[in-house]
Amino acid sequence: MSGEGGVATSVADPVEVEDVPRRLTARHSLQDRLFVHGVRVTGLFVLVIVSSIGLFLGLQARPTFSHYGWSFFTESRWLPSQDIVGISAVLLGTLQVAAIALIIAFPLSLLTALFVTDWAPARMKNSLVRAIDLMAAVPGIVFGLWVLLFIQPHATHVAHFLSKYLGWIPIFKVHTDVDYPIWNQAPGYPAYQGSAFIAAIAVSMMIFPMATSVMREVFSEAPAGEKEAAIALGATRWSMVRTVVIPFGRSGIVGGTMLALGRALGETISVVLIISQTFQLKVNPLESGTSTISSMIAIGYKEATPAQLSALLTAGFLLFVITLVTNTIAAQIVARGRSGAGTEL
Amino acid sequence: MTAVSADNLPAGGLRAVERRADDVVQPPAVPVPADLPRPVTGRTREDTITLVAAGFASLATTWLLYTQILPVEGKIGFVVSWFAVFVLYYAGLTALTRPWTVVADRVATCFVVAAPTLVGAALLCTVIVTVAKGLPALVHWNFYTTDMAGVRPSDPFSSGGILHAIVGTLIEVAIAVAIALPLGVTAAVYMSEVGGRGARFVRTIIEAMTALPSIVAGLFIYSALIVGLGLPSSGLAAALALAVMGLPIMARASDVVLRVVPGGLREASYALGAGRLQTVWKVVLPTARPGLATALILGIARMVGETSPLILTSGASTFLNTDPTTNPMNSLPLFIYNAVASGQPAFEQRGYAAATVLLLIVLILFVFARLVARRRPVR
Repeated sequence: MSGEGGVATSVADPVEVEDVPRRLTARHSLQDRLFVHGVRVTGLFVLVIVSSIGLFLGLQARPTFSHYGWSFFTESRWLPSQDIVGISAVLLGTLQVAAIALIIAFPLSLLTALFVTDWAPARMKNSLVRAIDLMAAVPGIVFGLWVLLFIQPHATHVAHFLSKYLGWIPIFKVHTDVDYPIWNQAPGYPAYQGSAFIAAIAVSMMIFPMATSVMREVFSEAPAGEKEAAIALGATRWSMVRTVVIPFGRSGIVGGTMLALGRALGETISVVLIISQTFQLKVNPLESGTSTISSMIAIGYKEATPAQLSALLTAGFLLFVITLVTNTIAAQIVARGRSGAGTEL
Repeated sequence: MTAVSADNLPAGGLRAVERRADDVVQPPAVPVPADLPRPVTGRTREDTITLVAAGFASLATTWLLYTQILPVEGKIGFVVSWFAVFVLYYAGLTALTRPWTVVADRVATCFVVAAPTLVGAALLCTVIVTVAKGLPALVHWNFYTTDMAGVRPSDPFSSGGILHAIVGTLIEVAIAVAIALPLGVTAAVYMSEVGGRGARFVRTIIEAMTALPSIVAGLFIYSALIVGLGLPSSGLAAALALAVMGLPIMARASDVVLRVVPGGLREASYALGAGRLQTVWKVVLPTARPGLATALILGIARMVGETSPLILTSGASTFLNTDPTTNPMNSLPLFIYNAVASGQPAFEQRGYAAATVLLLIVLILFVFARLVARRRPVR
C-alpha cells in the first residue's frame, strides 16, 4: 500500500500471506431454530399417532393369537359364541375377490395405459388422464350400487354360462343344477348371486384407475429416442410398443398391479353390499356366498362382545399386515424401475 | 402401417445427390417431385374398406349365429362374440394383402382401443344408472332441504330429504381435514425440507401406513374410543376415523409434491441469505402450491366418499344434527348404505338419489382441483 516495494515482496514471498479459511458459522436465527424444531416435533407427533395404530392393533391381536394358536389360521368357521374362531375361509375369500378383481382389471389397465401413451391423439391425452383421475375419486359405494343394480343380473348369466359349459373345471363349478333354466329359478337366481365373482367386478372398477395411472406414468417415461428408432426401422406401432415401451415399463406394470392388489384386499363397502356372507372353505368363486376380512368387520362389529371384537381386530391386523407387505414390495419395484430412466438417448 | 412406403426415403435422397452432381453439365431431364413429408399415420382407401367390411361381416355373422343357428342368447354374449368375430375377420382380410407384422399390429390395436372403450362405457353407465334411478327423488326440492325425521322409508318422495346427511358429511369431513391437512403438510415439510435420519424413519412409517385399509382405521377408532373409552357414537368419532385414514395419504401426497420442487430454487434462496423458514414459506410452498392443492383436494374427495369407517363410528341418525360431539350424525355414504341395505324400494331410490348428490360433490371438488392446478405457479 505504501509503495511498489511492499507489493513486490508480498508477491515474491507467499509465506507471509496468512491463508486461513474464513470461519463459517452455521448458526441459524431464532426463527429458523423454532421452525425446524416445530416441524420436527409435529413430524414426530404424526409418527406417534400413525404408529400407535399399528401397535394398538398388534397388541390387541396378541391375546387372540395366544388363545387360539395356530388353529386361528386353519379353522374355517367363525363362531365366536362357541369359541370357534378361524380365518382360513375369510382369508381365502379375501384372496379370491382380490385375485379375480385383478384378473379383470389388469388387462384393462394395461391396454388403457398403452392407449393413453401410444395410441390416443395428442389432444385427447390430457382429458383421458383427467378422466382416469376422476374415476379414482368416484366413491366405492357408487360402484357397489351400480354392480348391485345393473351388472348383477347380467353377471349371473355369465356365471351360469361358465358353470354350465366349464363346470368340469373345479373353479367354475357351482353346486346347483346347472341345467335348470336360470329364468325359472327362485327370484334373484340365488345360486349365482352375491358371489366372489360379482363382488370382484365392483372391486375391479375401484382398482382400475390406480393401476392404470401407475402404468401410464411409467410408459410415458419410455425413451422417445428408442421409440423413434423402432419406427424408423420400419416397426409398426405394436412392434414398437412390444419391443420398447413394454420392456421399459415392466416395473410399472408389476408395481402398479401390486399397488392395485393392496387396494383390492382392503376394499370394503362394495363387497359388503354385494356378497352374501358365508364362512365356508371353498374355491367356487361363481357360487353364491363368500366373505372377506373387511366385509366381516363391517358386518360383524355391531354384535361383537369384547372377545369377538378382539378377534375382529386380529383379523384387521392381519389384513393390514398383508396390504402393508404388498404395498411395500410394490413401492420397491416401482422405485427401482424409475432408475432405468438413465437409458434416455 | 408405417412400413408401407419406407423405401421412398433413400430413393429421394439418392436422386437429390445425383442432381447436384449433374446440374453443372446439363439440367435434369425429368422433373424431381418435391420432398413431401411421408404420412406416418395415413390411412389408405383399402384400409378403410377392410375395416368397414370386417365390421359389417362380423355383425352379420354374429347376428346369424345368434338368431338363426345357435341356441344361445344374451346381450353380453352377443357383444363378446361380435368382437371376437370382428378381430378374426379383420385379421383375415388384412392378411390377404399385408405382411404378418401389420396383421399383428391391427389385432393389437383392436384390443387397445376396446379396453378404454369398455371402461368408459362402464363409467358412463355407472353415472347414468345412478342418476336415472335417483331422479324421482332428486326432482323434489324438499329432498335437499329437509331431513328424514318422522318420515317412514316407504313414504312418497314429497316428504323427507337428505339435508342431515349432507350437513353431516360436510361437518365430518371439515373436522377430519382440519386435523389431517395441517399435520400432513407439516409432516411432509419435515420429511422433505428438514431431512435427516428421523425424517427418513417418519417417511418409511407413513408410507407403510398408507396401506391401512379404511375399515381397519374405523375399527381402530371404534375399539379405542367407543368401546375402550366409552365415548358415544358421534360425528367427532367418525371425523377422527376419517382423519386417521387420511393423514398418511395426505402426508404422502404432499411429500411427493414437495420432493419434485427443484433443489436449485432452494439453493438460490439460501444464497440470497434467506433462512430455512423463509425458504420453505416463500420459495418451496409457493412453487409447489398448484400440485399441493391438487393432491390435497383429491385426498379430500377420497375422504368424502369413504363409507366403511363411518359405518363403525358415527351411528345413523334420521334428524339434522349439527353438534358433532353428541348424538349420532348421519352422512351421505352412510345414508346410501343404510338405504340400500334396507331393501325398501322407495328408500333404495332415495339411496341412489343421495349417491347422485355424493357424485356431484366429488365432481365439484375435482373440478376445483383442476382449476387450482391450472393457475400459473409463482416463480
